[in-house]
Amino acid sequence: MATRSMAIHIDEGRIRRDLTVRKAGKIGMILEPLFAYFFLWAPIIVLVVFSFNDSRSVATWRGFTLRWYGNILSGAVGAEARFSTELMLSALGTSLVVALIATLIATVIGTAVSMSLVRGNYPGKSLVDGLLLLPVVIPEITQAVSLLLFFSAIFDFVGTTTGVRLSPGIGTVIIGHVVFNISYVAIVVRARLADMNPHLEEAASDLGANPWRTFWRVTFPLILPGIISGALLAFTLSLDDFVVTFFNSGPGTTTLPVYVYGLIKLSVSPEINALSTLMLLASTVLIGISMALQGRNAGRG
Amino acid sequence: MQQVGIEIKNVVKEFPARRGEEPVRAVDNISLQIYEGEFFALLGPSGCGKTTTLRMIAGFEEPSSGEIILRGKPVQGVPPFHRPVNTVFQDYALFPHMTVLQNVMFGLEMAGVNKQEARQRAAATLEMVRLKQFDRKPRQLSGGQQQRVALARALVKQPAVLLLDEPLGALDLKLRKEMQYELMQMQEELNMTFVYVTHDQEEALTMCDRIAVMDRGKVLQVGRGNEIYETPHSRFVADFIGETNFIEGKLTAINGKKATVMLPGGVEVEATPDQADTPMNSSVTVAIRPEKVTLVHISPPTDQGLNARVSTAEVMSAIETEEDRTFVPGTIIFSNYIGTDTRYTVRIGENSTLIVREQNFGNFKDIAFKVGDQVMVFWATENARVLIQ
Repeated sequence: MATRSMAIHIDEGRIRRDLTVRKAGKIGMILEPLFAYFFLWAPIIVLVVFSFNDSRSVATWRGFTLRWYGNILSGAVGAEARFSTELMLSALGTSLVVALIATLIATVIGTAVSMSLVRGNYPGKSLVDGLLLLPVVIPEITQAVSLLLFFSAIFDFVGTTTGVRLSPGIGTVIIGHVVFNISYVAIVVRARLADMNPHLEEAASDLGANPWRTFWRVTFPLILPGIISGALLAFTLSLDDFVVTFFNSGPGTTTLPVYVYGLIKLSVSPEINALSTLMLLASTVLIGISMALQGRNAGRG
Repeated sequence: MQQVGIEIKNVVKEFPARRGEEPVRAVDNISLQIYEGEFFALLGPSGCGKTTTLRMIAGFEEPSSGEIILRGKPVQGVPPFHRPVNTVFQDYALFPHMTVLQNVMFGLEMAGVNKQEARQRAAATLEMVRLKQFDRKPRQLSGGQQQRVALARALVKQPAVLLLDEPLGALDLKLRKEMQYELMQMQEELNMTFVYVTHDQEEALTMCDRIAVMDRGKVLQVGRGNEIYETPHSRFVADFIGETNFIEGKLTAINGKKATVMLPGGVEVEATPDQADTPMNSSVTVAIRPEKVTLVHISPPTDQGLNARVSTAEVMSAIETEEDRTFVPGTIIFSNYIGTDTRYTVRIGENSTLIVREQNFGNFKDIAFKVGDQVMVFWATENARVLIQ
């Protein structure tokens, strides 16, 4: 038997080398994401940790405190006396108003656009589809500057023709936010719509429902998770936006991110750490809900 | 009785060209008359235009040209929600966010029926399709139950016409047979016009009063099941419905209902001409069903089989007395036992082959023919058809 079987040459040294390489690869698989996540999260962790640091210094850990959170809420003023709870709350209020209105408008328009893109049938549809992504990929600074130029051109035109003098303010900020939010809402809702069986709408129509009732009785309930998810995403992006807001807000309108930017122009105070941590928490919760809804979308088929 | 319910007149449906492609003519000038109370099948392979035709009746597609008339009224431009037809979709298309009862009530609500009456009628219809799970969501039901909901939802409005788009395609064989039977019963009881799209020829033959066989956007033949099976007018129809032998040859004579075809090798066979004006010497195809052909031994039998007990001469003389049969000598080249019957492949003439099905009568001696046996093949002339190629 043994003499008849074919001789197999075994190079044990080579096998050992290859096994080592494989083991190294496996360890690498674990280390790579660790590195990536370290770069992603280290600054945020520092921010969060030092928001609880019992010292004005951002360099050394002096023990745990909730003082900075207290300062934000109570209005107790820090050593440099630049932080004002009143101003912060007013900025937060502006942020919420802007985000709410911009989200509402963007959600309605974004949903309508996605309906047209998925169900519509017209020449140039693929072009519209491609342009939908544009606001997502063009640099935000470009968008901000172009909006600024656009508004000043419009205001100039209105001023010379009607004599009404318009100036940037909360309105221009809202419009700016609507512009980039439409794309995000439309992309999320489009995914949900594309997943939906088109025969469902035909079935509704077949059973006597006109397009209006078909939309409200069948389409809307089925894409609602997508719409809510898109709206939450838009709300978060609106709440966090700095560049478009900064360029288009004019003198009187300050949102929370713009206010924070004003604070750190001189130095970083622990109150800013605390405030940023709270904003992080709010964003995370909103995005979490949005993603959970999208996950449920996929599960429901 | 024979009142026309749906009339389709010269309907063409062309879909616009996609980039770099020719426009697709899904339905190519078809005309059909479907009678009131009829169970009508649109039968054909996938892509033949049967579903597009159904969708045009439902109103989901508008014909590019031609006319569809429902109960005497042209429905050009009438949207689906104003047409007195309802559809059972292939994938059922049940509303996933509604319960079974809500699904069935939907059509009645859209028609303005008050909630209480809608509930009663929906419940009655669900009872008719023998479904009790009113409060379940569709995804909690089995395929067969979903099928019943789809049926109830379409029937509850008592449409003039019920359109069914391969409704049993997703069910397993046993359930499909049951549902076929139930659908037939239901159609008879309701006396409703059913238009049934299917690619399953057996299903169409089993269930439907009349069948339109479609291929590549055209209606090739319309008729009752037995007409289409026994007298197919084209090779496609003969091939699509059941199993058929096609033997190529040249037409040498036509004499009334009898045509003579010369096969390669000089053998002549007789069959019924499909068209009396077929020119002489043209290339034709003889179509004959495997079960319509009979075999007898001419060489001494190799085995004491059933047929072998009767002497060939006796059989021949018995057969000669009947009219219009054609006899061809052949050789068994393959034998395949498949339970209910045995399929023989027989070579006739120079190189024509013929599949012959001989029924088995519960006796092993049934397998009377062995590969290599010399046999006489014969069939009644009326059972073989000469088709133009």
